[in-house]
Amino acid sequence: MSMSKGFAALLLCAPATLAWAGSGKLQETAGVTQIEGSSGGGLVPWATLAGYDSRDETSASVFATRVSTDDYRLFSWGAAFGWNDRVELSATHQTFDLTETAFEISQNVIGAKVRVYGDVIYSAWPQVSVGAQYKELLDTTLAEAVGAEDFDNGTDFYVAATKAHLGAFFGYNLVWDLTLRGTKANQFGLLGFGGDQNDSYEIMGEGSLAVLLSRSFALGVEYRQKPDNLGFAEEEDAADIFLAYIPNKQFNLTVAWVDLGSIAGSDKQTGPYVSLTGYLW
Amino acid sequence: MNAYSRLLLAVLFIFPLALTGCQSLSGSQTPGSQTLYDELGGQPVIEKIADNFINEISFDQKISAHFKDTDIDRFRAKLIEQLCNVSDGPCEYTGDSMLDVHQKMNITENEFNRTVDLLINAMTQAGVSHRTQNKLIARLAPMRPDIIYH
Repeated sequence: MSMSKGFAALLLCAPATLAWAGSGKLQETAGVTQIEGSSGGGLVPWATLAGYDSRDETSASVFATRVSTDDYRLFSWGAAFGWNDRVELSATHQTFDLTETAFEISQNVIGAKVRVYGDVIYSAWPQVSVGAQYKELLDTTLAEAVGAEDFDNGTDFYVAATKAHLGAFFGYNLVWDLTLRGTKANQFGLLGFGGDQNDSYEIMGEGSLAVLLSRSFALGVEYRQKPDNLGFAEEEDAADIFLAYIPNKQFNLTVAWVDLGSIAGSDKQTGPYVSLTGYLW
Repeated sequence: MNAYSRLLLAVLFIFPLALTGCQSLSGSQTPGSQTLYDELGGQPVIEKIADNFINEISFDQKISAHFKDTDIDRFRAKLIEQLCNVSDGPCEYTGDSMLDVHQKMNITENEFNRTVDLLINAMTQAGVSHRTQNKLIARLAPMRPDIIYH
């Protein structure tokens, strides 16, 4: 499906409301969609689940995200399905363009997440979910060239804890997430998995902190630790500052400033991030 | 990792842990300070919230169905007592426990959250600020297990 058709479907389907549609969660509690297609912030998968399904409902959502840095462009789009506020399944396609060489890498990500404990707002302890992101590189040329040990596919595993504190920050609601990810991925998997410096799974820390300025706006920061497996170029951690606009349970829009660090020898890859998520039911 | 990154990482990891420990930076009341009841605007505003809430419910097909056998005058009186009481106002709640009231109603999570939305609308219409709304919701949130799926 082309992107234009995807957006058309989004616009046509968004207002549809069905009896069993996912609308049972409180606004903002589905989060937004992170770069690999899981519910989260922008870079970090959270314990929240995509869609507004409560425990008697299902949900479906689509998203598109674009990040532009000095030398690269990353376009990510996909869909997620939610079941009973328990399970999230997602499928995402990413294309990564190297601006100077007009080279393009693409990757598919299949994600699954299960909520194992709690409710982001109501439980005493944070909501906890476990998830996996299976990544399949469609163009392996570059991953091979830079010395990745595995250039076909790899899987990330993570456990995430997310909690909202009502009125906790001078009356504003505060949301935080902590995620631990086991991964071998080089640059999110776009440069393959494992390398000459390291070829085993490492635990990476990721986190987000956001203040809900109103029922519709969230302002936050994120940090995502990344492995540094390849000898040919240093890989750095990523961070962002974001503003999410969540006016209703039909769609949300996130703008951010992202710092992806050094990518394949090109330093200081910073730039704007824009992401749109639409909820079909 | 540069210094900026280290600082950000430290903030992200330490702040939540500290917060989990104390739950709230501004929720507890010190003697002599303004209560949430005062912050809301006292009895007149609480009565306005109750009236707006009843009005919001009456326009919601799904939620109003749960109130078809309810004595609305009694509901209003007990709701006002409860809102006054949870916000540290000078009232005693004389109604039935939340668990007793919602027994056999089988309120779903969806309906509960919908009702929270209606309460937010009621507070907004009563001129209660976003931040004060959050504080009142935080006081009511622990009642959820006594309300849903009974």
